[in-house]
Amino acid sequence: MIKIIINGKQIKVQPDTTILDAARRNDIYIPTICDDPRLEPYGGCRLCLVQIKGMPRLVSACTTPVTEGMEVETTNDQIERQRRTIVELLLSDHPNDCMVCEKAGDCTLQELAYFYDLRANRFYGERRQYTKKDLNPFIQRDMEKCILCGKCVRVCEEVQGVGAIDISSRGFTAKVTPPFEKDLDCEFCGQCVSLCPTGALMGKEALGRGRQKDVRKVETICPYCGCGCNLTLHVNRDEVVSVSSRPDTVNEGWLCVKGRFGYNFIKSPDRLKTPLIKKDGVFVEASWDEAFQYVADRLIAIKEKNGPDAIAGLSSARCTNEENYLFQKFIRAGIGTNNVDHCARY
Amino acid sequence: MAGLATVFGSGAMTNSIAEIEKTDVMFVIGSNTKENHPIVALRMIKAKKKGAKLIIADPRRVPLVRFADIWMQHRPGTDVMLLNAMMHVIMKEGLVDKDFIASMTEGYDEAFKKNLEDFTPEAAEKVTGVPKDTIIKAARMYVEADKAGIYYTMGITQHSHGTDNVFSVANLALMTGNLGKEGGGVNPLRGQNNVQGATDMGCIPNNYPGYQGVSLPAMKEKFEELWKAKLSDKVGMTAPDMLAAAEKGALKAMYIMGENPVVSDPDMTHTIKALKALDLLVVQDIFMTETAALAHVVLPASSFAEKSGTFTNTERRVQRVRAATNLPGQAMEDSRIIMELSKRMNYPMPYQSSEEVFQEIGRAWPAMAGMSYSRLDASGLQWPCPTREHPGTPHLFSGGFPRGKGRFTTVKYLPSLEQVDKEFPFLLTTGRLLFQYHTGGMTRRVKPIDAVSHESYIEINPEDAGMLSLKDGTPVKVTSRRGSITVKTKISKRPKKGVVFIPFHFHEAAANMLTSGTGLDPVAKIPSFKVSTVRIEKA
Repeated sequence: MIKIIINGKQIKVQPDTTILDAARRNDIYIPTICDDPRLEPYGGCRLCLVQIKGMPRLVSACTTPVTEGMEVETTNDQIERQRRTIVELLLSDHPNDCMVCEKAGDCTLQELAYFYDLRANRFYGERRQYTKKDLNPFIQRDMEKCILCGKCVRVCEEVQGVGAIDISSRGFTAKVTPPFEKDLDCEFCGQCVSLCPTGALMGKEALGRGRQKDVRKVETICPYCGCGCNLTLHVNRDEVVSVSSRPDTVNEGWLCVKGRFGYNFIKSPDRLKTPLIKKDGVFVEASWDEAFQYVADRLIAIKEKNGPDAIAGLSSARCTNEENYLFQKFIRAGIGTNNVDHCARY
Repeated sequence: MAGLATVFGSGAMTNSIAEIEKTDVMFVIGSNTKENHPIVALRMIKAKKKGAKLIIADPRRVPLVRFADIWMQHRPGTDVMLLNAMMHVIMKEGLVDKDFIASMTEGYDEAFKKNLEDFTPEAAEKVTGVPKDTIIKAARMYVEADKAGIYYTMGITQHSHGTDNVFSVANLALMTGNLGKEGGGVNPLRGQNNVQGATDMGCIPNNYPGYQGVSLPAMKEKFEELWKAKLSDKVGMTAPDMLAAAEKGALKAMYIMGENPVVSDPDMTHTIKALKALDLLVVQDIFMTETAALAHVVLPASSFAEKSGTFTNTERRVQRVRAATNLPGQAMEDSRIIMELSKRMNYPMPYQSSEEVFQEIGRAWPAMAGMSYSRLDASGLQWPCPTREHPGTPHLFSGGFPRGKGRFTTVKYLPSLEQVDKEFPFLLTTGRLLFQYHTGGMTRRVKPIDAVSHESYIEINPEDAGMLSLKDGTPVKVTSRRGSITVKTKISKRPKKGVVFIPFHFHEAAANMLTSGTGLDPVAKIPSFKVSTVRIEKA
């Protein structure tokens, strides 16, 4: 363990820790835009600048490893002045349309502007103007809102192993783009959307379906493959409007295209809404009472005539443990046969 | 799972997803992980970045191959040949884990070793199409790792000799001592959110919940006591048996909850005929599936977003499912439907909540006895978790196997039942796509997904396509001994010459019109979805 001092407080940390990690573990706040603990340190946004005793210039906390006896100051007038200027510069080329922006209320840049009380901006000049190329059905890309933190580029390469996008060009014209500035054509996992600190990347399915403050969050598990990814369903007016995932779970907050964007079947107009009984080859709507009684009467008659082994149940690998338990209990104890299986047991 | 249960005494992924990061070598066989278990694949990519090696055996150039150190493109159905040849190399070069074999296993005898003698890399090259040097390199890479994990899915199991394939995988891990430790193991990745749970809960014809055999008198007594009912000790029918019995008229009624066997089972024509022969077919689902359309009664059920309970993922982790939205119309929670039916069948099951059911599961199966909804709240627990203090079990067998010792099984190579011939010159293999899920009931109703993955296709090697003068998008008629479908051509270097692939999600061009419902694996009764023979003509 290494001993360091942050803001006068002595703390012990593992070697090979960055200052930012050490601070996070000890509940000391350092603002950052480009850092995510699941990605390699990047040092792009410069917001995490801190002062180290004996060093002439400020250093970025996310890329500087701790050393024995290091004395760090995470906030003072000079640091805050620099941070404020960085945010001001970012805002100087940002469409300040928070009132209609989908990300409002959940936007890191907005939070920082609020924190530094940035009403007017000292910097005026040319603005980036980009035509949207947005025919893909999953992700809306508004590059005028991009602050070039590089998270989307890094997660796509480092975590997803796809590399569908990169930063092209330099300086003022630098921009995140798929090859040859074409439309996005990738696995559409949406990892980039989940990390984007501004409204530059948004899931299209969620657009216009409610602000974060109106959303109720429900923790549950993905209904698709067997990975068991944790989903946070964002619910507004009884509809799942978007899906996110916590980083402290088995899937580390990452999802695939189905988990992240495959939720609109829930309120599909095709959902079955009433019991149906087939009469003369045609389904006729029935009450639950009728349907239950019909099934029970038929099952009892078959059981009496042909024995319980003439009845079988197929359960579902999509239903819960409790439902599966009840299902086989019903078949075994209620009907009296072990004819119960499910299709995916192999 | 039947295979693994025989070898170890329990059938599940032995290790955890998070442990993949800590492994030295990953051997992925018969699994298109990047498309079908995307999040597991991310761990594999992470492990690669940390320095682990990746070996892949797959007849198709699956997306994960991009990250592989070694890729073996074996012919579909030749897994036993390939695995036995790897073991042959390990045995011949004296690289077996003698201590582990002596203390933890049984069956590593002369017969087992003698059987391996014939599986030289040269012989395997002829059958599998994998160069012998590659087999030797892969065997060495796997055995030389301190910790090596094997990961497989339906590419191993969905064969007429699927259980043999599983035995071979297990043999390889046993021989090299890669069980009972972090980062190793034999890891079947489960394909549906709660397959593990459905099996754990006893929705299999031979076991009560928790793999407790229905034909064992002590188990029968235990459950008769718990459920206050007389139970049958006769092992029930498997799903394929049910369909066969229905067709013959021996089975009269079926109650199907949340499954669509018409599209997901092999030989669609046969499945439809069997279901139509029933006196009573009850289907409980959220959509009018192809199976529900054949039913006498359809019961509108709940989606995952409308109910509470638990799912058990591929690594045995039981996690909480929570209701988020209201049920549409008169649709009902599945558990309530079952309870209402049961009540009318004079066997009331009056549970007040899913939690009450969960508590009973804990009484039925010691491996989940230590779990409760409140303990599952944060991030779930992995069974076995026998007591309230138990932290759950990330990897199995660190203290030995449930059946005592891990068992070696002598496995001979059996060619797949269908072999290519003049009439049916192509090997067809089937599977899933990244964008779709199973029979498409859910994913095909999600607009953006439908926009990028709208229809079925046949993946065919450029050489074969050239020979048949097919271009991308040319409609072709694909015919097997069971039937024909028409799909569009997709020219791709993923399959090698002579092998084609069709996804099974699309009912209107159903891959399972072509697959065979006979020639099931004799133990697990799994159909051979991965090997059929077909011919291809311009439509």
